[in-house]
Parts: sequence; C-alpha cells; structure tokens
Amino acid sequence: MAQPLVKKDDDRDDEMDYSPFLGIEKGAVLQEARVFNDPQLDARRCSQVITKLLYLLNQGESFTKAEATGVFFAVTKLFQSKDIGLRRMVYLIIKELSPSADEVIIVTSSLMKDMNSRTDMYRANAIRVLCRITDGTLLTQIERYLKQAIVDKNPVVASAALVSGIHLLQTNPEIVKRWSNEVQEAVQSRAALVQFHALALLHQIRQNDRLAVSKLVTSLTKGSVRSPLAQCLLIRYTSQVIRESGISQTGDRPFYDYLESCLRHKAEMVIFEAARAITELSGVTSRELTPAITVLQLFLSSSKPVLRFAAVRTLNKVAMTHPMAVTNCNIDMESLISDQNRSIATLAITTLLKTGNESSVDRLMKQITNFMSDIADEFKIVVVEAIRSLCLKFPLKYRSLMNFLSNILREEGGFEYKKAIVDSIVILIRDIPDAKEGGLLHLCEFIEDCEFTYLSTQILHFLGNEGPKTSDPSKYIRYIYNRVILENATVRASAVSTLAKFGALVDSLKPRIFVLLKRCLFDSDDEVRDRATLYLNTLGGDGAVVETDEEVKEFLFGSLGVPLTNLETSLKNYEPSEEPFDIHSVPKEVKSQPLSEKKAPGKKPTGLAAPPVAPTSTVDAYERLLSSIPEFASYGKLFKSSAPVELTEAETEYAVNVVKHIFDNHIVFQYNCTNTIPEQLLENVTVIVDASEAEEFSEVASKPLKSLPYDTPGQTFVAFEKPEGEPAVGKFSNTLRFIVKEVDPTTGEAEDDGVEDEYQLEDLEVVSADYVLKVGVSNFRNAWESLGPDCEKVDEYGLGPRESLAEAVNTVIDLLGMQPCEGTEVVPSNSRSHTCLLSGVYIGGVKVLVRLSFGVDGPKDVAMKLAVRSEDISVSDAIHEIVASG
Amino acid sequence: MVKLETLIDRTRSSLCMTSISVRYGINLFFYKETCPAVKNILLLDSEGKRVAVKYYSDDWPTNVAREAFEKAVFAKTQKTNARAEAEITMFDNYIVVYKFSQDLHFFVTGSDNENEIILASVLQGFSDAVGILLRGNVEKKEALENLDLILLCLDEIVDGGIVLETDANVIAGKVASNSADSGAPLSEQTISQALATAREHLARSLLK
Repeated sequence: MAQPLVKKDDDRDDEMDYSPFLGIEKGAVLQEARVFNDPQLDARRCSQVITKLLYLLNQGESFTKAEATGVFFAVTKLFQSKDIGLRRMVYLIIKELSPSADEVIIVTSSLMKDMNSRTDMYRANAIRVLCRITDGTLLTQIERYLKQAIVDKNPVVASAALVSGIHLLQTNPEIVKRWSNEVQEAVQSRAALVQFHALALLHQIRQNDRLAVSKLVTSLTKGSVRSPLAQCLLIRYTSQVIRESGISQTGDRPFYDYLESCLRHKAEMVIFEAARAITELSGVTSRELTPAITVLQLFLSSSKPVLRFAAVRTLNKVAMTHPMAVTNCNIDMESLISDQNRSIATLAITTLLKTGNESSVDRLMKQITNFMSDIADEFKIVVVEAIRSLCLKFPLKYRSLMNFLSNILREEGGFEYKKAIVDSIVILIRDIPDAKEGGLLHLCEFIEDCEFTYLSTQILHFLGNEGPKTSDPSKYIRYIYNRVILENATVRASAVSTLAKFGALVDSLKPRIFVLLKRCLFDSDDEVRDRATLYLNTLGGDGAVVETDEEVKEFLFGSLGVPLTNLETSLKNYEPSEEPFDIHSVPKEVKSQPLSEKKAPGKKPTGLAAPPVAPTSTVDAYERLLSSIPEFASYGKLFKSSAPVELTEAETEYAVNVVKHIFDNHIVFQYNCTNTIPEQLLENVTVIVDASEAEEFSEVASKPLKSLPYDTPGQTFVAFEKPEGEPAVGKFSNTLRFIVKEVDPTTGEAEDDGVEDEYQLEDLEVVSADYVLKVGVSNFRNAWESLGPDCEKVDEYGLGPRESLAEAVNTVIDLLGMQPCEGTEVVPSNSRSHTCLLSGVYIGGVKVLVRLSFGVDGPKDVAMKLAVRSEDISVSDAIHEIVASG
Repeated sequence: MVKLETLIDRTRSSLCMTSISVRYGINLFFYKETCPAVKNILLLDSEGKRVAVKYYSDDWPTNVAREAFEKAVFAKTQKTNARAEAEITMFDNYIVVYKFSQDLHFFVTGSDNENEIILASVLQGFSDAVGILLRGNVEKKEALENLDLILLCLDEIVDGGIVLETDANVIAGKVASNSADSGAPLSEQTISQALATAREHLARSLLK
C-alpha cells in the first residue's frame, strides 16, 4: 500500500525534514503506476501516483522512451474514471509526457469526447491538451469544434481555444488563419482575458498585412478595451503602426493622443507600457516625452520595488538620448542611491551620471564612493563605464574622475572589474591629453601589485607605446624593470619589449636600457632571453650593425597587418616543414561580427582590446575549396570573397546564390545551387553567363556540377579573366542549364532518361566595392595621420532626400564595402550630423582610409563630405569614383 | 496502389509543413516580441531546491541548464528581503521578479524587454493563489503535500508562455474545484480532511 500523499497528522512538527516524497524512486513509482490498470479504479490513489510521476519529471528525472510509452498507455485507461480531480491530473501528465504521433491517436477520441462535454472545465482542458499534442491532420478534424470554442460563452473555454490558436499558428498557420471571423468576434468579448487572447491571436494572423493591422489599431484605440493586458498589447501594436507610418505632413504623430491617454489609465502596467512606448518612439520630441517622464517620476517614489525598477530602467535609457528630459527626476534619483535593491541603486547612479552637469560631478562622486563598497562587481562595472563616458563628456573634470578610478583600482575586485577600470583609464588617456601623465602613473602603480597577468601585459604594452612620448620617460623605467625582477615569465617578456620601445624612441635612455636588457640575457625563461637578444640586436646594443631607425620603429610599433584570429588559425594549420611560415599567406579579410555578439551589451571592444576580429572560417574554407580545383589553382592568392548574393526568390524550385571570388587577374563566380523538388534529380548543372554588359571580362573556364539531388546543395563555377589589378565592373546575366530526371519518391531511384531544361536566374553585378577588403584599424587617428595628406582627396556630395541619417550612412558604407572603425557606423537617433570612419584595403594591397562627414540639410536632404587617404593617389580617386557613380 | 498514393500524399504534406514552419520562423520572432511572454515560473525552497518549476522557453534546453539557472537566481536573490513586496532583479538579460513566503521562494522570469509590471502581476497571481490553496500555510512541507494543487495552479496561470490568468482567486477557484479532495466521496475522508474541506468551502464562499 502506498503511503498516503495527503497526511495531516498533528505530530508533524516533530519531523521537520519530512517530505511526502522522501526516498522516492522512479522504479517503484513506475511499479505503482500499475494501479491504473485495475478494473476497479481507485481515483484517489491514481491521482497520488500521477502526482508522484509529475514530481519525478519536475525534479529533472527523465523517462526512457519505453517507460514513457508504458506510463502513457496506462494513463489512457484512466479516462474511464468519472472523477474530476483525477481527470485534471490525467490532462496534466499527458501534456508532460508529450506523446508521439502514433500514441496520440489512442487518446484523441477520449479528448474529443471531453471537448464536447457539458462540463466547462473538461472542454477547456481537453482543448489545451489536444492542441498541444496534435498534428496538422488531426487538427482539420477538430477545427470545427475549436471555432465553436473560440466564441463559447464560457471565458475559460474561449481562452483555452484562443491560446491554443496562438501556439498552433506557428505550426499550422493556414488552418488557424481560417478562424479570423470567430477571433474577431471574441475580441469584442466582455471577459477581460478572452479579449486579451483574442487580440493577440488576431494580430498574429494579420501581422503581415500592414493595412489590416493599422485598421485594427484604429478601431480598437477608439473603442474600449477592458483588460489591462489587452490594453498593453494594443499599445505595442500602436507603436508598431507608428513606427511604420512615420510622422504625418502636419508634424503630428498619429495615435500619440491614444498613447498619452493611456498614461491616465488606472492599471499600472498600462501606464508603464504607454510611458515606455512613448520614450521609445523614434525621433521623439521633448514635448512628447514630458507627460511620460512625469508618470515615470511618480513611479520612482513608489513603495513597490518593481515599479521603481521599471521606471528607473526606462529613464536610464531615455537619459542616453535625451539627458535634459530626465534632469527633472534628479532629486528622486538621488534618493534611490540608497535603495535596498542594488539593481535600482545602480541604475539610478548611472542615470545621474548621464544627466548630471559639470557642477554636480564632484558631489556625485562623493556619493558614489560610499556606494561602491557595498555593491557587487557586475554593478561596479556598470558604474565604471558610466564614469568613463561622463569623463569624456566633461574633460575638465578628468582630475576627480581619474582619481576616483585609481582609488577603486586599488581596492579588491575581480578580473572583469579591474579590466573595466583599466580600459577606462586607457581610453581617458587616449582622448584627454592632459590626463595622460597622471593616468600612466596610476597604471604603473597598479602593475606594482597586480595579480592578473593579462592586465599587466596589456598595461606594459600600452606603456611602451605612450610612455616614451611623455615629458619625462625615465620615471617609468623603474616600474617596468621591477616587473622583470618580480613577475612571472609572461609579464617579464612583455616588460622586456616595453623597455626596448623606450630604448628605440628615447635616445638619452638608450645606454641605460642596454644595461637592463643585457641583464635579461640571463633570465631563466627562453622567451625573455630571446626577446632581450633580439632587441639588443635590433637596437644595436651589442655593437652590431644598426638597422635604420625607420625599420626599427616599424618593427617595434608597426601592426602585423593581419587580423589576429586569422593569424592564429593559420599558425594552427601550419605543419612544421622545411618551408618557413609565411605571414603573407594569412588572409586579411575581417568577417563581419555575428549578430549575437553585437547584441550582447557591454561587450564592445574598448580600450586595450584589439579591434573587432571574428572567425574567418568561411574565408579559409573558400580558399581551400578554390585551390582544390585544378582549373583555378593557378590564379594565385584569393583577394576577396563576397557574401553570397541570392539569384532566386525564396521558395522557388531551385535556390541559387552566388559568391564572387576576386583574384588579381581573374574573377570566379561560385554558384551554390539547391534543388527543392523531391521528385527531381538534376544532372550536368551549369550556369550560362552572358557577359555582354561586362566588356572587360572574358570567360575562361567553367566547372559544371555532375548531379544535384534533392536538398543537397552543390556548386558550379564560372571563371573570367580581367585586366590585372583593375577594378573592372560589369553586369552578368545568368541562366541555369541542366538535365532533369524524374525521381520515384518511394524508392528514391531516378529514371534513366532526362530532359534538358533551363531556368532563368537574376542578374549579377560586379561593383567597385568588390575590390575593397574590409580591414579594420585599431586606432583610426594614428593610422590617418601616418598616411599623411599627400594622397588625400576631399570632395562634397549631395545624397538627396533620405529616410534618415542612419540610412544614408549605411548606404554609403555598403557602397564602399569598407570596415567601419570605432563604432562610427552607429548613428545616434535624432542627430543632425555624423562622422563615420572607414578603413579597408584596395585591390593590389593599397591601404585606404575614409572619413565621411554627414550633415542633414533642409528637411531630409543629406549632404556628405568625403575625405580619402591612401598610399596611392589613383586609389583615392577610385574611391571617389565609386561614390560619384553610386 | 491506393495505399501508395496516400503515402505519397502524406510525405508531401509533411514536407510542405516543414517548409511552412521554416517560412514562419520570422513570425515566431515577432510573436515573442509583441505578446507578453513568461519564460519560466519557479518555486524553490529556502535552500534553492526545486519544489515545482515550469519552463516555457527553449533558453534552457536541458535539466543541467535549468538547474544552473535556478542556482544562479537563488544565489543572487537569497540575501534580499522580498517578503512584504515583490522584488526584482536583472540577470543575464532576463528580468526576474520574486517574492518569498516563509521557506518558499517564488520566481517569475521574462526577457529583458518585457514589461516588468506584467511579470509582477503573474508573480502576484501565482503566490496569492498558492496562499489560498494552501489555506495560508505557505511553506515547503505544505506545498509538497499538496503538490498536485501547485502543479495545477502553474497549469492555470500560464500556457506555453502566454498569460492565462492573473487573478489569484480565479486561479485558485479553478484548481480547487478540481482537487482530489472535493472529488472523493465524503465517507472516504477522515474527520480532519472533512473539516479541511468544509473550511475551504467556507473560505471560498466568503471570498466570492
């Protein structure tokens, strides 16, 4: 006999740790599940066993396929019982077991019976269970009942059907879309939640139809939506419509009045939703913002932490774009610094740092100092980042802010926190010349007692670049040489490099540096000794022939010229052999960042970190693929491969996209083809390219694809010759030619005879941007100045009316095909001017830097000043030509 | 021959279904964007152990990932005082609202662009409904003894991430009317159970 589950003894206080599930075991419970098969069902007992099974599942126990099937079949027997409570548990466990399609059939009829039961509870639950486990074919059978249920007078039943509809829309949209009349009726329901669920479903059915969504919003914003949740939904849909329609001719924003009226709603969730929607309107004016800020300000002093958090988080976002609008809330914000909830306090501080003015900085810093000691590292990092931007905003205040940073640098903290502080100091040193000497000394003091090898080496590297340029470089030598004496091998090695940099730039220090470097020759570590020897040699410390000054500096300070990740992969692939590793064989292309990384906040590479470099596996893969094809092996080094360009619409019979591979003398089109028809096998697939609109190109080779079975992508190639090093452009029209064979879908065998067929593809263009490689630089200003004004070309262009400044900036970036530097591709909303920095390598290996200054002229017209510097004046001209002809 | 044709039809329709779900992949994204969504509801004890949990999102595909999340949430909130009012925290780009009651910790998680107040109302509905169902005795022991009620309660609050109901009385009413106690004939109940049932009926009639 199983232990009774519900045990209400009075002596339970004696056994504090008692749990009804103490010592529960899967095997035993599965045994107990046999009671489901008893001819005389004991409903109570069965309920208890189901609860135990659910408990096991909930604790993360998993059932094998056989166990789950066994339990499922046993459970189906329980539909015989009339016990309501047991039936509820049966519904619950069926959903948890998520039976396979062939098992579902067993319970379908029982559930369909329940769906038409007179008990509302049965109807509602049976709908939810059935829709959860059903597939498309079954759905058509029960569709009629579901449509009835949507307009059922019992709100629970209607909601069950509507919510199930929302889930089913993902898998069987064409069926759910047929219900829109019933759903529309349910939107008018008097029951609050039915209205909410109906509105959600109706919007999802129509969301691809802008006009319908707009109509829906227009009619509902006039009427009365009762449920607060539905009201929140309506606010979201309204924002969507506003976003898509833009500001009308008269300058009024449609539906703004509705959003504003929601600020006076009685439910807090609606007020907040509306306030948030207003703050997120694109190009919101301060007049529009004011009422929203006012209600958020009221929330700041609420007794509920959730409200305070929601409000301060929203205001924090507003402060990024409209700091002035938030200043009214500063007094409330300051009182939140002492909030029990540290998330709220941190958000308040960072908001204050954004909205504060120059005079309030000192007072604020005082408050923050007290606050910093009792928050976690992750919050401290946020504060440090906020202080950094504040310092950049008020450079005159650098002294107190830099002091603050150096103070917290000395306190306890984890790696991420310390790194954030160091990065901030480095950025301040770079951007505020006055802060340089003080900042470098703070960093020197920090490495005297730094437990993180990574930070020590980074600081030493930075010190080597900046230290020699200060007024008194000699004072840093002591700190650096201390590292050689006291630290681990990694830090010692980088300290040696730093010493060498001082030696190279400061002649007066050279003899002393030589003495120090010679001492390093006796170090116990190979790397340290090697570096010391190398630097003594290059600097001429051992009396050897000194290389020219330029070369030494280039060697010590020059960049590698290749992205580090590319170098890393190439080194990993290098197999030791007679042939030395050639750094020129490393690909230079910087791949665009994966989206997920961009989304992650606070991960922007700042300060010491290298410019964004991402995996280059695709480039490697292309290079390997092309060099493995004998026809193309002689073309030399691959300069650039474009991103795939689609040549077919989505969802057509054959999907084809093309990748353009640029070589010095040649261009190779790689057509990636996919056959989406299961009944066909394509053979001898080629692309016939008509190059009559691309005069400088002549076709030299083509590599057909032998066979293209269903759903297995294959490639065919066409190669063209072009003038060497020239950025030849042109348009190519493409036709896919192949032999098609019918395939018997049951056996998968193709028929012997095929028919020749053609399929028209879209045209392909080779543009100038194809000849520019995206290569980032870590410090644009340095690179810009080192290129010098000799090969600079400046001109102005009118871009005509544009949707927005950001759109104009992106268009030009895409046109040039260059790498945006230092995050300048992001245009703050509402700004009227913007400067964007781009860098790249032109075909022939010529470095190009571009500085774009945009300005909005009149209502929508965008004008642009384009300044190009490169190593070759003709390349600068060519870049201007790209823009002029684009 | 007929069989063969139906077989072909079936393969075709299944293929057609896959391509459609691919095509509507974008919608899924939108759906998450616009409709308020709950990512999980957790009920843990005062040591961070599971009493009952329900996940509605694929963000935590394995039990290991779920346990790691619970552990992290618990560690982060453990020292706060969320007894009088629900508290809130940001966590790995999730918003977590939580409330403690004796040795039970209630959590509701949503994405970081979710309306915090909607999440809080779900939390409120859940914790209050549990309070009603456990007749004010909101503690771990009582919760485990009535785990069936807790699980039904979770089932009535959120379906697949979509909020079903936030009114605690309605939720508790839906659960209690189906509870095993009321279903069993009175003769089978012990005296104390009968008394409890009676008390519950009285409580519910008072609440109406």
